[in-house]
Order: sequence, then structure tokens, then C-alpha cells
Amino acid sequence: MPLGDILPEIAVLLTAVAVLLAATFLPRDRQAWCAWLALVGIAVSLLLCTMQVGSSRLTFSGVWALDGASTWARLMILATTAVALGLSPDWVKTDRRHGEFYAVLLFSCLGAMALAGASDLMQVVMGALLSSVTGYTLAAYHRDWGTSVEAGMKYFLVGALANTVMVTGVVLMLGMAGTTDFAKMETALGAGASAPLLMLGFGLVVVGLAFKLGAVPAHAWMPDVAEAAPVPAAAFLTVAPKIGAAIALARLVDLFPTDAFAIRPVIAVLSVLTMTLGNLAALWQDDVRRLIGWSSVSQSGYALMAVTVVGLTEQAIPALLFFLLGYAAANLAAFAVVGHLRGRTDRRDYAGLAATRPVAATILVLSFLSLVGIPPLAGFVGKLELFVATIEGGYAWLAIVAIANTVASLFYYLRVIGPLSFGKAEGSQPQILGRWSSACMTIGGASIVVLGLAAGTLLALFQTASLLPVTAS
Amino acid sequence: MLTLSILIPIAGALVLAISPKLAEAQARFAAIIVSAVPLLLLVIVWIGFDTSPSAPAFQSVAEAPWIPTLGVAWRVGVDGIALALSLMTALLFIAAVTWPADTMGRTRQYYAWFLFLEGVSLGLFLTLDLLIFYVFFDLSLVGMYFLIGRWGHGDAKAAALKFFVYTLAGSLAILLAIIALALSHDPLTFDMRTLIADQPLSAGAGASLVLLGFLLGFAIKTPLVPFHTWLPPAHVDAPGPASAILAGVLLKMGTYGIVRIPMSMMSETFARWALPIGILALVSILWGALVAFAQKNLKRRIAYTSVNHMGYTVLGIAAAGAFTAKGSTAARDLALTGAVTEMVAHGLITGSLFLIAGAFWQRAQSYDLDNYGGLARIAPKLTAATVLATFASFGLPALAGFVAEFQIFTGTFAVYPWLAALGLLGILITAALFLVMVQSLFFGDLPPQRAHFPDLRGPEIWVVSVLLFLVVLIGIWPAWLLDLIGAGTRALIEGG
Repeated sequence: MPLGDILPEIAVLLTAVAVLLAATFLPRDRQAWCAWLALVGIAVSLLLCTMQVGSSRLTFSGVWALDGASTWARLMILATTAVALGLSPDWVKTDRRHGEFYAVLLFSCLGAMALAGASDLMQVVMGALLSSVTGYTLAAYHRDWGTSVEAGMKYFLVGALANTVMVTGVVLMLGMAGTTDFAKMETALGAGASAPLLMLGFGLVVVGLAFKLGAVPAHAWMPDVAEAAPVPAAAFLTVAPKIGAAIALARLVDLFPTDAFAIRPVIAVLSVLTMTLGNLAALWQDDVRRLIGWSSVSQSGYALMAVTVVGLTEQAIPALLFFLLGYAAANLAAFAVVGHLRGRTDRRDYAGLAATRPVAATILVLSFLSLVGIPPLAGFVGKLELFVATIEGGYAWLAIVAIANTVASLFYYLRVIGPLSFGKAEGSQPQILGRWSSACMTIGGASIVVLGLAAGTLLALFQTASLLPVTAS
Repeated sequence: MLTLSILIPIAGALVLAISPKLAEAQARFAAIIVSAVPLLLLVIVWIGFDTSPSAPAFQSVAEAPWIPTLGVAWRVGVDGIALALSLMTALLFIAAVTWPADTMGRTRQYYAWFLFLEGVSLGLFLTLDLLIFYVFFDLSLVGMYFLIGRWGHGDAKAAALKFFVYTLAGSLAILLAIIALALSHDPLTFDMRTLIADQPLSAGAGASLVLLGFLLGFAIKTPLVPFHTWLPPAHVDAPGPASAILAGVLLKMGTYGIVRIPMSMMSETFARWALPIGILALVSILWGALVAFAQKNLKRRIAYTSVNHMGYTVLGIAAAGAFTAKGSTAARDLALTGAVTEMVAHGLITGSLFLIAGAFWQRAQSYDLDNYGGLARIAPKLTAATVLATFASFGLPALAGFVAEFQIFTGTFAVYPWLAALGLLGILITAALFLVMVQSLFFGDLPPQRAHFPDLRGPEIWVVSVLLFLVVLIGIWPAWLLDLIGAGTRALIEGG
């Protein structure tokens, strides 16, 4: 067994176990040590994963893809986890046994990583389940707060259904294609294997992945989790599983020949529905956390644009990767600000923030503008790449829909930015969480700007990223 | 040199934004100094600019890679058109920054946003890369949004929101068109010079669609009727100097964009659509003038005359782009030169008018024409400046507006005689509306509550005099400006 190929995952796993043990034995006032231990593990894993950059092969009998897409996505997932970990200790310290929280976070990270690298349907199921089961726990971590438990419950119900549907789909695909291995499946599909049941199976798997992605038709959990899960968990759950699922879905779509199956139009329709629904629901939202949640749904729709044109243009994978990166940076920064302000969530409470907490206000404005796609922030380059890819892939109409959606989205972001910048603050200066949340927030804000300005270098790296098992022709 | 004139104001804005200890007076002083640097640099570029027919179209060119995989790079360079507009822009920004304004206790941020906007606006005129053009186009919206929203009056937040959402819709249409245009060139590039030389999208329905995207976006920004509805609230509720910049600089981005992108890069398609564009321009001219006449609000009236004036500009551009090959070259050249001159003249004239309108607001918190009268006796300097600016605005000979409009109409008569004839009506109406406005402000009975209305003072006098001096200078001796602009238009008309 080429164990060396999954060293980053092993590092995360071992750290998670160590954190769990430490949480059991450490006294209550030292539970925060677990967070630092977890961060060290993530750092080691990041290092190991960085060493895999440039490799492009299947390993573990074709179950695990070690290619550009998976490596970059796993790096992003690890970085996301690091930010969520940084936000956590101050947030959950009132909980007596919060050491476990970090262990669960690490397991969830592992699940998302497994999704990103999956090159076999069974592996996809495994990743999705691991990431879901831990996700429910994270969402409902505030056990004594009804809303949090409700969010976790909704997440669980939607998730249980979606995962069941996915497993059914996998069974159908296995039955019709005779294999769960992506490489073999591609050969079969290339040879013209097609059956209604196979398509049905594919559709069901898409539903399962849409759940992880927060896309229509399994998106309903996203706003609830954003609103009521602990802020670090919300930041993590709206980003990390999405990255993993987007890559897994792209890999799956890539298996189908571009000319023979009408699955890309289906993804395009899902993309339109997702972005439109997310934006419409966010329009009059007065709860900032729910607003970010709905905006995350719409951002999934944009990500699906790149998935639609996978295989049709070489720009699809770089576009997907860069868009996810920009989205991750902006969303994490936004949640970090919310966390830094101790989770304040009423839109009116943000009035005058520019005067009372200028740094936090600036970062929130930056992250929202990046989500809109205002240059030269990271989100702009991401969207630009998406537009280029979709137009080049022959889906110009999709780009036009996305543009209309972007205009609509500006409206609700401005509904927060407006009072925040122009309003008058009431009461005293808002309370903040602590130094660590401040650091996370600053890192997020800085990366939005830096990623945008340094986009050239990164895109050059992403340009060569492969998506196995299909090799570029 | 050009790069510096973009980056120095932006850097200045950042420094202002993050230096909390600066006192109000210091912040203002620093902002004036920084805002003057680009003008200095641009004048140096101008001195070195070669206007002879054999000179290359774009000069002072510099290039640095940004996103090589997409063919995007930091490219700057100027031709006569861009240089004339950026000189006007730099000057107008000094005027706007120097103009004493009520900064509502947030002085540093106020000047920081102005400097940011200056760098961004100059960047738009100076860049030679389509994507960087879009970047600056969008950033100008952000800067203006915050200026209107925070330092505006009345229902400023709503006006700012409408402005941002409306114009972002336009700019995204431009983005799509830009991508489609760049993708049609193989290899993918956003270099304006290459795209102008190669004319990658020459025919077909696709080309018309792309043109439509550009026109939609630029028509919103310019604005042309019926895409102008964001303009009046944005102008009325913005602080005076911001209105001056909005009218003087930001509107020019639309018309400059039309000249620089669709007309230069897709000249055949543009020629096919020139007549509809001309008709749209005519509608803007007449509609803008008529609606302006109906306004009781000083600033709203000036705002609508902007719609009218930008209509002249677009009419000139449409006439200039009406044919591609040879064919009334001289007339088309004249029309385009007129259009660009109109952009410069309108920037100076309307810039001063809006600054003056700002002075009215600061003194009396009212734009209602009925609230004023008889000011000529107690505020002679204000009267003189306003009268001169309004006369220039409706195109009195020997002032800058006349030079521009004369050339536009002469050029257009050779191409679209009927449009030109009808367009002249617009001048008639604007003359009437400005005369009525001057009459109701400065003559008649002085309302008692205006008995102590202060005249222009200190820096206000200086700013308005410099702007209006240039208006007169261009009117009497336009050769220096026309020479510069002509270098740009010649390359465009005869090269295309």
C-alpha cells in the first residue's frame, strides 16, 4: 500500500485522535490546548500536502486521485480548517468540554479532503458521510440553545435524505456501469454505455453532492447553519465541504463524454436555479448570518458554472479552483468578522460600525465586495475566470444569467454595507471576541486583496492542474 | 510616468485613510498636494508628446504582466484623446479637492476617497488593457458610492444604492462584451493595441451582440436616454465636489469607452449601428434639454443638461464612426474632434457649475430656484462666474462649448444632416433654460432671508477662475487643444 500518498490525511487523522485523547485527559481550564495541538497537526498536513503539488496519478488501486485539482482543493480545505480552528477557542471556551470540538472539526476536514480526492464512487460516499456526520455535530454544538439544535436537526434531516439518495444512486450506477471506479467508468461511458437507469443513478448522486455543496435541491440547511451553528463551525461548514464536493462533482461530470450525454445542460440548470434562489432569498434578509448563508447558496451556483463546462474548455478547472479559493477567503473573512463581533447578526446592529470598529467594518466590506466580484479583489478574478470559461465552453447564456444575479446580489450586500458605513452607531462600542478572532479576520481580509493582486502566479499554477482520471487531450 | 500618476493618488488615499493623527487642515493640505502630482506628471508627458502625423498613436507606453495565462497585463499609454481627457481629469480633481467642503467630521476619509477616485479615473483613461479598464471602471463606482452615501444630503443612501446597482449592471454587460471580444482573438489577449490592429470581431450576429453589450454599458454610464434615471438623484444628493467629478469625469468614461472600445476595435460593426446610436443621441439631446427646462431644482437642472451635452458628444461619435473606409474622412475627423473637445469642455464647464451649485447648498441648504433672486447685487463674483459658466454651457461663441459643438454639428451635417438639424434645437432650448435660471437666481427681488448671502471667497474664487479661464482660453485659442486631440482622432479615423 502506497501509504506515503495519503500522508496529509494520516496526519489529520492522527492529530484528530490525539486531540480527542487530550480532550479526555486535560483539565477543563486547559482544553484550549487541544486547539493548538490541532493547529500543529493542520500545519504538518499542509506541509505534507504542499509536497504533493505537481503530482498527477491515481493511487490505492485507482480509488484516490493525486492530481492538481485534489491537491489544491485539499490545501484550501486545510487552510479553511486552520482559520476555523483559530476562531474557535474564544468562541467555545464557555463549553466545559470544548476539546472535542476541535477533534470533530478535524474529522470533518478529513471527510472534505476525502471527497476532493475521491476517484471512486464508494470513496465519494465515504467522504460525504464522514463530512456529514461530523457536520451535524458541529452545527448543533450549542446543545443548550434551541436555534443551534434546530439548525443541526435540519442539517441532519436534509443530510440523511440526501445521503440515502446518493447511496441509491451509487448502487444504480454500479449496477449499470458494472463498476464504481471512475477510470473504468469513463472507459465504459466513452464506449457508449448509456441507460436510463445509469442517468438516474447519476442524477441521484448529484443530489447527494448538491447537499454537500449547498446547491439546489438540497440547499435548505445552509442558511440555518449559517445563522445558528457556532460561528467557527458555520464558517467551516459553508466552505470546506463545498470545496470537496465541487471537486468531486467536477470529477464525476468529467467522466461523461462531452457530446453524447445531456448532463452538462442539467448542471447548468442546477447552477441557474441555485444562484437565483440564493440571491432572491437573500434580498430582503435582515439577519446578516442568514444573509451570508443564502449568499453561500448563490455562490455554489456560480461554482457549478465551472462544473458545467468541465471537459469543454481547459479553463474550467483553473476557474473552479480560483473561484473556490476566492469564495473561501471572502466567506471566512465575513464569518471571522461576525465571530469577532461576538456573533451579532441583526442588520441594524451593524449601523455605524465603520466608526466604532473601523478594521472589522473594512474587512466585512472587502469580503462582501469580493463576493460581488468587484476588482481587483480575489472574487473578481474568480468570477472573471468563470465567465471566460463558460463563454469559451459555449455556455454564454449561463454567464449572462450569472451577471444578472451578480447585480441582484450587490443589492443585498449593500443593504449591509450602507448602514455599516453611513449609519450612526447606537450605544457603546461593540464587544469583541478576542485577539485570535482579530487575527483570523485580518488574515482573511488580507488574503482577499493579496489573492486578487497575485492572481497571475496562482492561475499559472492552476492552469496545469489536472483532473484525473480523464487526461487532457 | 503614467503608472505613477495612477498609483500616487491611490497610495496617498491609503496613507490618509490609515493615519489617525492628522488634523483636518493638514489632511486637506496633503490631499491638495497629492492630487496635484498627477497633473504635473501628465503635463510632462504632454510636453514630450509627439503630435506629428508620423508619430505612433500610443506614446509613453509601459507594460508589466499581471495574469499572463489570460493575456492580462498592466499596460499604460496615451494617445491624443486619452491625454486630453486625463489632463482635464487631473485638473478637475485638484479643483474638487481644493473646494472647501463640509466633510461632516470625517475629513481624512473624505479626501482619501477623492484621491482614490482620482487614481482610478486616471487609470481608466491611461490604461491600454481592456481588463484593467474594466477594473478601474468598476472601482470608480465603489469610490463614488461611498462619496455620495456618506457625504451626500437628502436621501443620499438611496441615491448611492441606486447609482451603484444601476451602473454595476452596465459595467457587467461591458465585462461580458470584453470577454467575448478578447476570446475572439487568438491567442486570448486584452491588449487594446492588438485588438485595435486586428479587429477580431468583424461581422456576424455575434459581433452585433457584443457591440450591444458595450453600448448598453456605456449608455448607462454616459448616460443616454432611456438609461439616465440614476443620474438626477445621484447628482442632487451628492456633495458639490463629488457632483463635479461625477459629471466632469465619470460621465466621460462612458463616451471615452465608446470611442476607445467599440468604435476602435469593432469599427465595421459600429458603422452598421451608427445611425441608431445617432438617433439615440438625438433623443438624449432633446429629452435632456426639455426635461432640464422643467426642473425647479438648480442641481437637477444642471444634471439634465449633462444628459443633453453627452448627447452631443455621442452624436459626434456616431457621425465619426458612420463609415469605415474612406468617405467624408474630413467631416468624420471633425465630428470626433468635436466630440472629444466637448468632453473636455463639458468637464470644465459643468464641473464649475456643480461646484457653484455646491456653494449655493453650503450657504442656504436649498437648490430650489424659487428660493433665490436678486443675488447679483450682493454676490457679484458668484454672479459673474455662474453667468460665464452657463453661457459657455449653451455654446456661446468664443467659449469652449462653442468650439466643441460647432465642430460636432459641422461634422455631423456632412454625415447625418437631419440629425444635426434637429439637434440644433437642443442648443436653443438649453440657451433658454440657462437664461431663465440665471434670471431667477441673480435678478429680480432679493428674498429677505438671503440678505446676508456671502459671495464666493478664498479658494472658491481661485478654483472657479482657473476652470473658467481655461474655458475662455479654449474658446478664443483652441489650437493647442485641438492639435493634441487631432493627433488621436486622425489615427483613429484614417487608420480605421
